[in-house]
Amino acid sequence: MNRIIVCVKPVPDPKHWDKVSMDPETKTLKREGIPNIMNPLDKHALEAALALRESHGGEVVLLSMAPPFAKTTIREGLAMGADRAVLLSDRVFAGSDSLATAEILAAGCRWIGGFDIVLCGNLSIDGSTAQICSQLAEMLDLPNVMHVTGMEESGEDNLIITQKIENGYVKLFSGFPVVLSVRKEVNKPRYIPFTGILAAESKEITMLSNKDLCVDPERIGLKGSPTKMAGLEVRKFERKKEKLEGTVDDIVEKLVERIYQCGVIEC
Amino acid sequence: MDEKRNRDVWVFAEQRNGELHDVSLELLGKARDLADKTGSKVIAVLIGYHVRKLAQTLVNHGADVVFVADDTRLENYRLLPYTHVFESLIKEHGPDVVLIGATAMGVELAPRVAARIRTGLSAHCIDLKLDENGNLLQVVPGWGGGVVATIACPDHRPQMSTVMPGAMKALPEEEREGRIEEMYVDLPDSNMGPEILGIERVVAGEQPLEKAEVVVAGGWGVGSEENWSLLEELARLLGGAVGATRPPVDEGWAREGQMVGQSGKTIRPTLYIGVGISGVMHHVVGMDQSKNIISINSNPDADIFEASDVIVAEDFMKILPPLIRELKSRVKSWRSINISEEK
Ligand SMILES: Cc1cc2nc3c(=O)[nH]c(=O)nc-3n(C[C@H](O)[C@H](O)[C@H](O)COP(=O)(O)OP(=O)(O)OC[C@H]3O[C@@H](n4cnc5c(N)ncnc54)[C@H](O)[C@@H]3O)c2cc1C
Ligand SMILES: Cc1cc2nc3c(=O)[nH]c(=O)nc-3n(C[C@H](O)[C@H](O)[C@H](O)COP(=O)(O)OP(=O)(O)OC[C@H]3O[C@@H](n4cnc5c(N)ncnc54)[C@H](O)[C@@H]3O)c2cc1C
Repeated sequence: MNRIIVCVKPVPDPKHWDKVSMDPETKTLKREGIPNIMNPLDKHALEAALALRESHGGEVVLLSMAPPFAKTTIREGLAMGADRAVLLSDRVFAGSDSLATAEILAAGCRWIGGFDIVLCGNLSIDGSTAQICSQLAEMLDLPNVMHVTGMEESGEDNLIITQKIENGYVKLFSGFPVVLSVRKEVNKPRYIPFTGILAAESKEITMLSNKDLCVDPERIGLKGSPTKMAGLEVRKFERKKEKLEGTVDDIVEKLVERIYQCGVIEC
Repeated sequence: MDEKRNRDVWVFAEQRNGELHDVSLELLGKARDLADKTGSKVIAVLIGYHVRKLAQTLVNHGADVVFVADDTRLENYRLLPYTHVFESLIKEHGPDVVLIGATAMGVELAPRVAARIRTGLSAHCIDLKLDENGNLLQVVPGWGGGVVATIACPDHRPQMSTVMPGAMKALPEEEREGRIEEMYVDLPDSNMGPEILGIERVVAGEQPLEKAEVVVAGGWGVGSEENWSLLEELARLLGGAVGATRPPVDEGWAREGQMVGQSGKTIRPTLYIGVGISGVMHHVVGMDQSKNIISINSNPDADIFEASDVIVAEDFMKILPPLIRELKSRVKSWRSINISEEK
């Protein structure tokens, strides 16, 4: 095995999502005070990479496109066991949709070079488009498989991949290089050992800007994104909210009535 | 933008093993609605082998034209050949809108096709509208459904979306007339991507959650597998299906396919009864389009009550057994629903 690239995205910690609000002026999300974590599925992607490295050797490199504060999240991945990391950070990347993000990540992969596998999570918990795996692969002109729940190496340079579909599984045979995105069933990410935290301190995080990557500025950021955010709202609900009160018998009586009123049963 | 382009609305007609996915019929319903507003055509794209027989079903659900790409090399879905065929058709005919189900196949295929064409794609849409200029406004959830974004694709064509199964409504099937066109399939010999070694099917027995008129959903608050059977009994009585939040699936009380929410199914039954569910956005985004929502939760401040029509702030163990008893005594047709009663 040569190199495995694992794409990791820092995302706002869902424990603090109740703090999110809208800036009515700019129509963007205010997310001050919400700490970031590694996108949960990316830990599974990283675990898969570490397991392959353990049995077949090679190097595990983390790749992230994010503002410089993402270093904290990346350190977590290094502590889990990745060898080094590349962080793509540049103002001109801001506002990228999935297509533009894939373009930038593809440039990052090419910059790293010499890889057999690029691993992603199937989807992120914030933007959650699940579009990066296929689009990144398209930009790299490589095959890809999503919804991966299992992978094993077959011979020197092939993989047998299990893909989850509705009501079943597909077994696929793939050569290298290939781009994969994993579901959570694929494995159980390891706990970060204390020694890992110490080791991570001395591992390298290479910071690259678009001066290094030289992606066509027309293809990145807001300008390079065909999709535009036309509106954004933090959800609220309008429901009847009729509270049933009284004794248990009263409540059950009213409940039966409400069920009948829905017209789903006859009496 | 190319002035010559038409305003056709395309639907990817997903099939596996010669069976159409329901979402394709739902998308035809929405496509019909959009096309009627702009006076354009609905075109279904059917890719596979020996699939021509499905074309009339697509017409009967709203397609004016069905493009059939039929070839032995397309028998099983494979990403790269399907991308090639789909992309070639789009390039040749220049549709205005392309809708694809957000299924395992759709979420893999759509982004690849969109990237090859270099157009925008919106993900997991729950609603589609037209703005005053006839451009598509695509409503997508983010942040576990806590945020809803409206996505537009003003300067690129086609406007592409993947749409959540269950989010749109299929038109009732009726005899309609449409044109069925065989497409010439030109596939490169090289680089077809990963090879299929085998496909394993896990058959699910009971009625699919998305189709049930009544869904009784349970959460962590149900507490045990034994209590879970109360939900199953209530669902049976109401002729419905049982849904779940994530914890019961993790516990093994419910199966993965029963999970409702962001990473599960989107449902919109006539009646949703939630039991022991707190109302985290991850779950709510999958059920808040239900027509009527009844929630039972012992915590009077539970978030789910914000999303409910009828609120029962009680321990469900106090409510469900007498409710089931009462319904049994009153539902006339309960005997015809297959329940095994104690003798
Ligand atoms: C509410 C909302 C809705 C949106 N809707 C759309 C839309 O409909 N269409 C669209 O094109 N864009 C949309 N976006 C923008 C989109 O989320 C961003 O472009 C984002 O960069 C793409 O990532 P994702 O999180 O959606 O990726 P996903 O495809 O969900 O992420 C899958 C995997 O890709 C990898 N990955 C993703 N981003 C990075 C990164 N920055 N660095 C390293 N690895 C990464 C990770 O391994 C991750 O697990 C939306 C954003 C929001 C907030
Ligand atoms: C990326 C991501 C995706 C996710 N996707 C999904 C998804 O698709 N679907 C989903 O459901 N979840 C999903 N989750 C999980 C989700 O965040 C919540 O953890 C989950 O929905 C909570 O389930 P719950 O309401 O059953 O449990 P809890 O939040 O633990 O709530 C249990 C409720 O039961 C009540 N209760 C307790 N005892 C009783 C009693 N005796 N009588 C009545 N009420 C009682 C309590 O008051 C409480 O409100 C996702 C999470 C993440 C991070």
